[in-house]
Amino acid sequence: MLWIDCPWCGARPETEFRYGGEAHIARPDPATTDDAGWADYLFMRSNPKGVHAERWMHREGCRRWFNALRDTVSNDVLTIYPMGTARPDAPGDEAGGG
Amino acid sequence: MRFRLKEGGRIDRAQRLRFTFNGRRYEGFAGDTLASALIANGTHLTSRSFKYHRPRGILTAGAEEPSALVQLGEGARTEPNLRATQVELYDGLTAAGVNAWPSANCDFAAWTGRLAPLFPAGFYYKTFLWPASFWKFVYEPTIRRMAGLGRAPEAPDPDSYDKRHVHCDVLVVGGGPAGIAAALAAGEAGARVLLVDEEATLGGALLGQRHKVDGVDGAAWAQAAAGRLAAMEEVRVLSRTTLFGYYDHNSLSAFERRTDHLGPGTPAGMSRQRLWNIKAGRVVLATGAHERPLVFADNDRPGIMLASAAQRYLNHYAALPGERAVLFTNNDAAYEAAHDIVEAGGTVGAVVDCRHEPAAPLAPKLEEAGVALHTGSVIAATHGTKRVRSVTVAKLGEGGGLSGEQYRIFCDSVLVSGGWNPAVHLFSQSAGKLAFEEARGIFLPGKATQALEAVGAANGSFGLASCLAEGAAAGARAAEAAGFGDGTPPPTPPVEAPEPGAITPFWLAPGQKPLGHGKAKHMVDHQDDVTAADIRLAAREGFRSVEHVKRYTTVGMGTDQGKTANVNGLAILADALGKTVPEVGFTTYRPPYTPVTFGALAGRDTGPLMDPVRRTAMHEWHEAEGAVFEPVGQWLRPWWYPRPGEDKHAAVARECRAVREAAGILDASTLGKIDIKGPDATTLLDMVYTNAFSTLKVGRVRYGLMCGDDGMVFDDGTTARLGENHYLMTTTTGNAAHVLEWLEEWLQTEWPELRVYCTSVTEQWATVALAGPRARDVLAAVAPEMALDTDSFPFMSVKEGIVAGVDARVFRISFTGELSFEINVPWQHGRRLWEALMEAGAAHGITPYGTEAMHVLRAERGFIIVGQETDGTTTPHDLGMDWIVSKKKSDFLGKRAWSREDSRREDRKQLVGILTDDPKKVLPEGTQLVETRGQPPIPMIGHVTSSYESPTLGRSIALALVRSGRARKGETIYAAPESGFLPCKVTEPVFYDPEGAKRDG
Repeated sequence: MLWIDCPWCGARPETEFRYGGEAHIARPDPATTDDAGWADYLFMRSNPKGVHAERWMHREGCRRWFNALRDTVSNDVLTIYPMGTARPDAPGDEAGGG
Repeated sequence: MRFRLKEGGRIDRAQRLRFTFNGRRYEGFAGDTLASALIANGTHLTSRSFKYHRPRGILTAGAEEPSALVQLGEGARTEPNLRATQVELYDGLTAAGVNAWPSANCDFAAWTGRLAPLFPAGFYYKTFLWPASFWKFVYEPTIRRMAGLGRAPEAPDPDSYDKRHVHCDVLVVGGGPAGIAAALAAGEAGARVLLVDEEATLGGALLGQRHKVDGVDGAAWAQAAAGRLAAMEEVRVLSRTTLFGYYDHNSLSAFERRTDHLGPGTPAGMSRQRLWNIKAGRVVLATGAHERPLVFADNDRPGIMLASAAQRYLNHYAALPGERAVLFTNNDAAYEAAHDIVEAGGTVGAVVDCRHEPAAPLAPKLEEAGVALHTGSVIAATHGTKRVRSVTVAKLGEGGGLSGEQYRIFCDSVLVSGGWNPAVHLFSQSAGKLAFEEARGIFLPGKATQALEAVGAANGSFGLASCLAEGAAAGARAAEAAGFGDGTPPPTPPVEAPEPGAITPFWLAPGQKPLGHGKAKHMVDHQDDVTAADIRLAAREGFRSVEHVKRYTTVGMGTDQGKTANVNGLAILADALGKTVPEVGFTTYRPPYTPVTFGALAGRDTGPLMDPVRRTAMHEWHEAEGAVFEPVGQWLRPWWYPRPGEDKHAAVARECRAVREAAGILDASTLGKIDIKGPDATTLLDMVYTNAFSTLKVGRVRYGLMCGDDGMVFDDGTTARLGENHYLMTTTTGNAAHVLEWLEEWLQTEWPELRVYCTSVTEQWATVALAGPRARDVLAAVAPEMALDTDSFPFMSVKEGIVAGVDARVFRISFTGELSFEINVPWQHGRRLWEALMEAGAAHGITPYGTEAMHVLRAERGFIIVGQETDGTTTPHDLGMDWIVSKKKSDFLGKRAWSREDSRREDRKQLVGILTDDPKKVLPEGTQLVETRGQPPIPMIGHVTSSYESPTLGRSIALALVRSGRARKGETIYAAPESGFLPCKVTEPVFYDPEGAKRDG
């Protein structure tokens, strides 16, 4: 059971949340995206061993979406940050930046 | 109780308890376990083994027990596969060993043991291959009956269970010396401490030994410490509680047995067992260690037990293991067991030590007492059937075989010690890495992933003084991390206990014949009957990964998870592969540490409390009318309303006819309703629906399909435009929450600039669907001020007004094909509206209809149900619903995916109607469809999604998804072999009123 620090409601157990998959996958412009690009948007996800940027929603609380960096090895939730903001740096996070 | 000492131990000789085991009556004392009481009575044979039905006895004195498994109690309260070593004795207890018929003493299936050469590793995989159908009816039931361990109760569980959730600063797991020291240190610092221990009293290993702490008997010191802990306000001690699961973020679960030791059903009104869900700041694992057996020929006869177990039975329960014991060991510590037996007046025939030059400090004392010491020797064979009667001892030769003379030593018990395995199970569950220490041949906690510390024997520190010191230090550190104290451990009390001494890891004692030859079995896993020869065979057959060997041989896969077997099995595998133990690797421990009852996991969430039940405002009316209910999501919906003497078939047919010929009334309150408001509401709807809403006029209603961006249909429903920027969306009953989440997700994550509010109003509006050619007449009687003619109230429009004296919204939409009004009133007026319509409709033959009639009616008209005609791989095009897909909108969810190659395939499964040539045959839903008759295997071309007997058409109808279905119209295809290759015609998926002539009445 993860304990997730909802930015509005505080630390709450995982069962109150909905997992939203990988973060920062923007919906591309359908008019200019080819089939491969659309398939990429629909189906392809990174699966890192280590820091993963992902989305969560506090379904049984404030129902707000937010982003989190989670270490997929230790399951530590390293950072919580708002939707629409860039992925922050995290300790040992080589893919981070901006 | 022949083997009970006259004095000593910690049982209560004043309280005699009677019990029955394997049909025989016995007596024991309060404080006994089932195992200790049996040993005190001289009974070691408890059960039979899983595969070969070999006689089995008591190997251990605790949670790691692999072989003394019993079926406890009778009737509804019977419980299978309990470890006799952990069952506390109560008056009137009845139990029997598992895997035995008619009894452990006279077991019918013991012949399998004589056929042992026919049962090698992977036997079941290799043998029961063909024919496949035999698995279900012959092989599996027979194997299960012969090898199925215990029986599950057949009656409902009469006991109650509950759950608690608790937070603590410091969780200490294990109530031995290290755990007590940790809890005392953390508690004294002021932290909130939870100490969890699986036994009835604190003390752990101290209960089995005669060591002294602070000048007194170790067990007495533990009792005093328990008193000190109980007096601390922020400390809670849970005894008889097993910490069985270590999950992420220091979330842990424990299983408390509150009344089991008192016997079934007592005390009345108290929950029997409790599940504790714990969130801990820091965890101190003081889980101790398990002694490991030595692997030697026929090492599983009753009477052969771990040295520490014998010591525990002797010192705690005052029970001698037998008349004459032999100790077989590779380490100094085990000599203490033999010494304790001699001190207590028992007899030890010999000590067999596989080390060539052991220097155990207790050896001289034992020799002084007349105990023969055989060094550099092993037990090469054991003898006796239902109890060990003697052992054959031989010297170890140079090449690892036997050499020289062999001695027969008579004995009725053999104490075995191969060293100690730290109980790293919970550490491993916490995702901690294990490290192998070559010198002692043990796995130790390595790098931790969570906020925890392992101490004492669990950390490989087997000495009593170091257990206390490590525990106190860890307790103080954990408290400091929570903000209590400065991390300085309190002083620990002085101890009088020997150091653990020397050990030489020893994995496999040679027998009189080469391994795998002859009848002798070197048992590695007592519970699964896995031998050293099986593991070697697996290695010879090419298995290399420890995970594969585990699954192939089943070593460690029993209810004990191989607590006594895994490390020995691993070392034997490593040897067979010519590798080191760390190279072979280790399997991961998973929860639960020991089995947990379903009752405790369920707690009070059973029966009507398992899931919330949602009822509509008219529910009591339906109940009073005798409706049969159907659960839809959490809702209960009327399924049909049988009249006296009617079965389902007759009731549904009558309800359908009423709707087609007069008027029907349906409680549609459970449909999801979402109120959508805001300046950008239209933009949102244009994006989430396949059709356009910007062109919808205020007061009008439109049916829409919702697709994911993968192009697949996931919901449908009607949406009404109530105002310029105000809509009411309806969803399917089961999908209401999901659709609301879907809208919120897009609004929050992708289109945050849209100014839209979505609010669930499902439970604000009660909804009644009034359908049938007389519907207008019925409604007119209760809504006299509302213009209902087709011109003023056309199909697919909405009106607000007074119905049955209440403010209402009325929608002219139809899910049956007939003239239909869906009337929405505030929830609390639902019943009033319903009754007013029933009264007004009486003259018109109004008939309440349930969901079954609704399904038949909509299928006749060819209306889909999402989730029935669709399965997440179905596009609007597959459903033949291109008419609802906008050609003008440049973008909406789903559109882009339809131009992908896979979406454009001509041979996709498409929705069609199916009419069986025999109109009386109703195909089961899910029936597979094929092109030709013939011998299977035959390629499937589709499946039936909906199938009913249609009262309107007087024949069966079905909808189906069929490959290239639209091109097959008029063709004959066949229902799958199970239906006898029934011929069917492929048709349009509309069976009634295809022109829609009926919708205006």
